[in-house]
Amino acid sequence: MHSDRASLSLRASAIAGLLFLHLPILLIFLYAFTTEEKSYEFPPPGLTLQWFGVAWSREDIWPPLWLSLWVASISTILAMILGTLVSAAMAQTKFFGREQISLLILLPIALPGVITGMALRSAFSIMDIPFSTWTIILGHATFCIVIVYNNAVARFRRLSGGVMEASADLGANGFQTFRYVLLPNLGTALLAGGMLAFALSFDEVIVTTFTAGQQSTLPIWMLQELVRPRQRPVTNVVAIVVFIATFVPILIAYYLTRNGSDIAGSGK
Amino acid sequence: MSPAPAILPERGLADRLTALFWRHPRLLLAVLLTPPLLWLGVVYLGSLAALLLQSFYSIDEFSGVVKEEFTLKTYGELFRAQNMDIIIRTLLMSAVVTVGCAILAFPIAYYAARFARGKWKAIFYLGVMLPLWSSYLVKVYAWKLILAKEGIVTWAADGMGLVPVLDAVLSIPGIGGNSLSTSYIGTFLVFVYIWLPYMILPMQAALERVPTSMLEASADLGASRSQTFRTVIFPLAMPGIIAGSIFTFSLTMGDYIIPQIVGNSSRFIGLAVYQLQGTAGNTPLAAAFAVVPIVVMLVYLWVAKRKGAFDAL
Repeated sequence: MHSDRASLSLRASAIAGLLFLHLPILLIFLYAFTTEEKSYEFPPPGLTLQWFGVAWSREDIWPPLWLSLWVASISTILAMILGTLVSAAMAQTKFFGREQISLLILLPIALPGVITGMALRSAFSIMDIPFSTWTIILGHATFCIVIVYNNAVARFRRLSGGVMEASADLGANGFQTFRYVLLPNLGTALLAGGMLAFALSFDEVIVTTFTAGQQSTLPIWMLQELVRPRQRPVTNVVAIVVFIATFVPILIAYYLTRNGSDIAGSGK
Repeated sequence: MSPAPAILPERGLADRLTALFWRHPRLLLAVLLTPPLLWLGVVYLGSLAALLLQSFYSIDEFSGVVKEEFTLKTYGELFRAQNMDIIIRTLLMSAVVTVGCAILAFPIAYYAARFARGKWKAIFYLGVMLPLWSSYLVKVYAWKLILAKEGIVTWAADGMGLVPVLDAVLSIPGIGGNSLSTSYIGTFLVFVYIWLPYMILPMQAALERVPTSMLEASADLGASRSQTFRTVIFPLAMPGIIAGSIFTFSLTMGDYIIPQIVGNSSRFIGLAVYQLQGTAGNTPLAAAFAVVPIVVMLVYLWVAKRKGAFDAL
């Protein structure tokens, strides 16, 4: 039998699936207030606000936080420039090697992070490049290009070529067309791509462990705490900070592109 | 008053460049493509080449120094029993996780594709997108809290009188353990949770393309719900499932954080790569290990392409 209404069991399992995706994240928020310091006891024996203060005054959290923000900002800017350029080229014309280029852009995100990380590390070791903030940025920008590219190329596809010809007919040169016609139309898609790239870079840990040397980004700091916990509730507070720092850009990206048929981030 | 000329006079460099690009579109293409291709070509492909090169080096067993001469010895080491164990364990886990994701993803993808309308469509979209993008480490950490011995699962089992069931599951030899957070079951659960959205999205895209008329035709011809599912919906969803499995398989195979945080500390390929290049200092063997997922994925992608999975991406 076929009907237009979902059966009760299908609806129930679909909603249960969505809850399964979301409930674990909510738990982090609860644990940041627990008074229990030594274990992950549930339910928490008591609730307190003190861990936010403790986390604030911990000296070792601030440098990783600034480093993460700095790396994510620079990588995002680089990815936005490179991603926009390549999407402009791909949207315009058909040319030899187009398929190969789109595969090349996709590869850093399609192959597991450990390969990207290990590959960069091998290159640094063969060329004797010392680890620095720039080696981290090099890796991050590489896998962020595809995020910006996906968003921009989807917008280019919906943009009618007519507007650019109209602009030229009205006497604008290529740069004026870019400034007054193309950029206002691409703006939100680029911004959304940038937001997602920022979120991805801020949170990245797998590639970063291979390219960071002695420096710690915030996710690396968190990973160290997870492997060898020192003050668990402080880690919970940092987890909330990381979550919010990625959640807000994602939400903004969604609202910037929600009217489009091609939606941001469909190719992480 | 003379009429304005049909062709405007040139106004400097910007106009001249515009004219140049108009006459030679290939030039514009080259200008646009050079910086990104240079970046990806040098940084990414260059690194992959370095990885491949490194994997043909070997390490001197006495001095621990990397010998920069071509040899297949390092690849030979992959076939040692302990290393084969790691590879087989990783491939098994990737396969099981992929199947788990496919089963869990189906109801969500099917409901979102066929029945969700208006507000619910947006809720389902955002409901899959947010977990996909939100912090990976935070999600893994949340599961550490859930699966810990004193955590919420034990508490819930206690409250519902299911402790014997939990103990029975944990005592299964091979996959059980002291608590969920130190067993293969725990590792499996976290993998499924983390990669589930990557399966839902392509599956939903494939299901959205199944024409309703086919379902009606199937019903008109007397098929039961389960027959329609087996003979119409499932085959049509297959390209989407394969596309999703590319992500779940590849991501599980390369992950080294999850087995380190939740699991019984047996090694997976990702973890082996990380430890070999780090504390062990055996970069050639780490590189050889990293080549394994690349080869597996190339074969996988080749098979997937023949099954038409890329149309669903």
